[in-house]
Amino acid sequence: MVPLSYYLVLSGILFACGVTGFIIKRNIITIFMSIELMLNGVNLSFVAFAANWKALSGQVFVFFVMVVAAAEAAVGLAIIIAVYRNRETLNVDRVNLLKL
Amino acid sequence: MTSNLHLWLIPILPLIGAAINGFLGKRFSRQVVSTVALTFSGAAFAMALYVASQFSSLSLPHVETVAAWIRAGQFQVDFGFYLDQLSLVMLLVVTGVGFLIHIYSVGYMWEDDGFYRFFAYLNLFMFFMLTLVLANNYLLMFIGWEGVGLASYLLIGFWFVKDSAASAGKKAFITNRVGDFGFLIALFLLIQHFGTLTFADLFQKVSALSPETTGAGLLTAIGLLLMVGAAGKSAQIPLYVWLPDAMEGPTPVSALIHAATMVTAGVYMVARSHAIFERAPQALTVVAIIGTLTALFAATIGITQTDIKKVLAYSTVSQLGYMFIALGVAAFSAGIFHLMTHAFFKGLLFLAAGSVIHAVGGEQDMRKMGGLRTKIPVTFWTMTIATFAIAGIPPLAGFFSKDEILWRAYQASWIYWFIGVFTAFLTSFYMFRLWFMTFFGAYRGDAESSHGHDAHGGHGHGGIHESPKIMLVPLVILAILSIVGGWVGVPGSLGGSNRFDKFLGPVFRSTSPSLNANHAAPGETAPPENETEGTEPQTGHSTELIFTGISVLAGLLGLALAYLFYYQRPELPQRIATSLGGFYEAVKNKYYVDEIYAAIFIKPLIDGSSKVLWKGIDQGLIDTSVNDAADGARDVSDAVRRMQSGNIRSYASWIALGAACVLAYMVWMGTR
Repeated sequence: MVPLSYYLVLSGILFACGVTGFIIKRNIITIFMSIELMLNGVNLSFVAFAANWKALSGQVFVFFVMVVAAAEAAVGLAIIIAVYRNRETLNVDRVNLLKL
Repeated sequence: MTSNLHLWLIPILPLIGAAINGFLGKRFSRQVVSTVALTFSGAAFAMALYVASQFSSLSLPHVETVAAWIRAGQFQVDFGFYLDQLSLVMLLVVTGVGFLIHIYSVGYMWEDDGFYRFFAYLNLFMFFMLTLVLANNYLLMFIGWEGVGLASYLLIGFWFVKDSAASAGKKAFITNRVGDFGFLIALFLLIQHFGTLTFADLFQKVSALSPETTGAGLLTAIGLLLMVGAAGKSAQIPLYVWLPDAMEGPTPVSALIHAATMVTAGVYMVARSHAIFERAPQALTVVAIIGTLTALFAATIGITQTDIKKVLAYSTVSQLGYMFIALGVAAFSAGIFHLMTHAFFKGLLFLAAGSVIHAVGGEQDMRKMGGLRTKIPVTFWTMTIATFAIAGIPPLAGFFSKDEILWRAYQASWIYWFIGVFTAFLTSFYMFRLWFMTFFGAYRGDAESSHGHDAHGGHGHGGIHESPKIMLVPLVILAILSIVGGWVGVPGSLGGSNRFDKFLGPVFRSTSPSLNANHAAPGETAPPENETEGTEPQTGHSTELIFTGISVLAGLLGLALAYLFYYQRPELPQRIATSLGGFYEAVKNKYYVDEIYAAIFIKPLIDGSSKVLWKGIDQGLIDTSVNDAADGARDVSDAVRRMQSGNIRSYASWIALGAACVLAYMVWMGTR
């Protein structure tokens, strides 16, 4: 049996990767993928706790997160396509029309 | 009496005329504008005549309440109209003279571009003036009071492109505000102490009080404050300064507002408030002194003026002074009598002066007139009648009213009488001076000049000419009134019975039991209609006749002196003026009153406003604090806005940092 702490460390590493990618990357797709990475890092900790404490609610939460992530992906990708059509770039630093 | 005369129609009719001409008149032709104006002011006159015809069948005072206005607990004010002998006289004078001046104005203003505007204002004035004289409470009267001030302002500044006219309008308005302030305070006092402003209730409550013979009290204060208001509106010392400047307005306006009607509002108001004044003998004394001083003061200035309208303006101030003398000696009906005759002959004088100005192409300087007698005969004859009337030559209107005032003044104090007679002499002198300078001798002006000082730019004058008929008819009617107007008040000493005094008697006797009792006849209990107002003098008719003789003599002396100075020896006045030197200069410059006021009131006000209020408080305090607050807000925002970079990744970094901090904290707490 793999100890809970391993899962949690892996989950933390995944989340940290996501945060780092989100902050340092300029490509909007990469940023989007970083968000998915963070979500999955959290999901991992959910299922780990659920398995450890034999409680189903953690697993249920994961399903919710997945559904929200799927919805988010649908909307987010649509936005990305719209942005690309208008701006011909996926660099977030160039998408700054509202900036002063 | 239940009969309803619809008194509200009388003021409303001219208002309708004003509204039609004011809003639509620009598109109307002159014929339509004058028809509208004349119809509505004439209708008001017709209503007034109808009211007069029904008058004997009314129970007086006749009150008609149209609508409720203010209801505040016990205090209430209505839109109500009050008709008694006093308001009937005022009503007939205002509508009658007003209507005649409307007719005259059609001819006088025909060439003016603001024709419709002029008649809109004139009708508006009629509305407010009629509201003033018909109001059944002080507040409604105050509306009329302020309204005539507004109309006066609009009409003085009628030719507002002319700087002097615009500032004369402002001067009149502001000076009147000073008086209105006193009036308003008096109203507050009345509300506070009597809880009502309605004439009937108020005077009933006032009647219950005893006269303040020993010391000045509430009624004296109210009386003095009312007199401040009256001094403003009726151009008495110290607030008379606006009236001579008001001559910047068109001449019919000077005739209607600044001679016949509006300036007499103060006289009317004091007479209306007689119940208060009769119980405040000290206030009455002040009224009499102000009247006496004003009469004398203005008459002396009148002698030195060369502008025909300015002479008449100072004459008006002086004659108003006479009316206040009468009020001040509690001879209210004598004051109103002089008010009426004055409206006739002074209105006529102004209209005739307007006709003269019209004839000589807008010239107002008498030194450039002369010899007009044969050239404008109708104007000459009507003006002659008016001049003799104001000079107090019997049997013209002014003689009777002035004689009545002087006689009553003598009964109060010989000083009033003496100054009054001397003023009568001065009046006669300056009026005949005007008469001789204008109509006799050789013409001193430039006949072909048609530079329009008055309304006659581009008139195309072909020399001196008589005015059109529409201007002459009112002159003739007023001339007739100036002759016969005094006959309603022929005193007992001349074989008359002073019907005017008896007619007004009930108004002034109804609430005046006490003041005249000092020198009242023992048989004072006789029914009012058999008595003159106050007391019939016991000194006998022969004494009164002597005084009449003296005042006539004063008038004739003025005539003789003017004849000598301005007809026989025209070089004399100049020599006398030179020999008087500084005094003459002072009088000619109106005793420098305007300059003194400017130094005492206006300059400190301007300095205080510009240096303290403007530069100090407005710019220094208010502007600075507002600007500093704005600058501070901007500086803080400048610092704070750097966080709002708009860069998503920097936001994300902040969130991550925050989350890390929370996490670290939780770990640290967990490991403790």
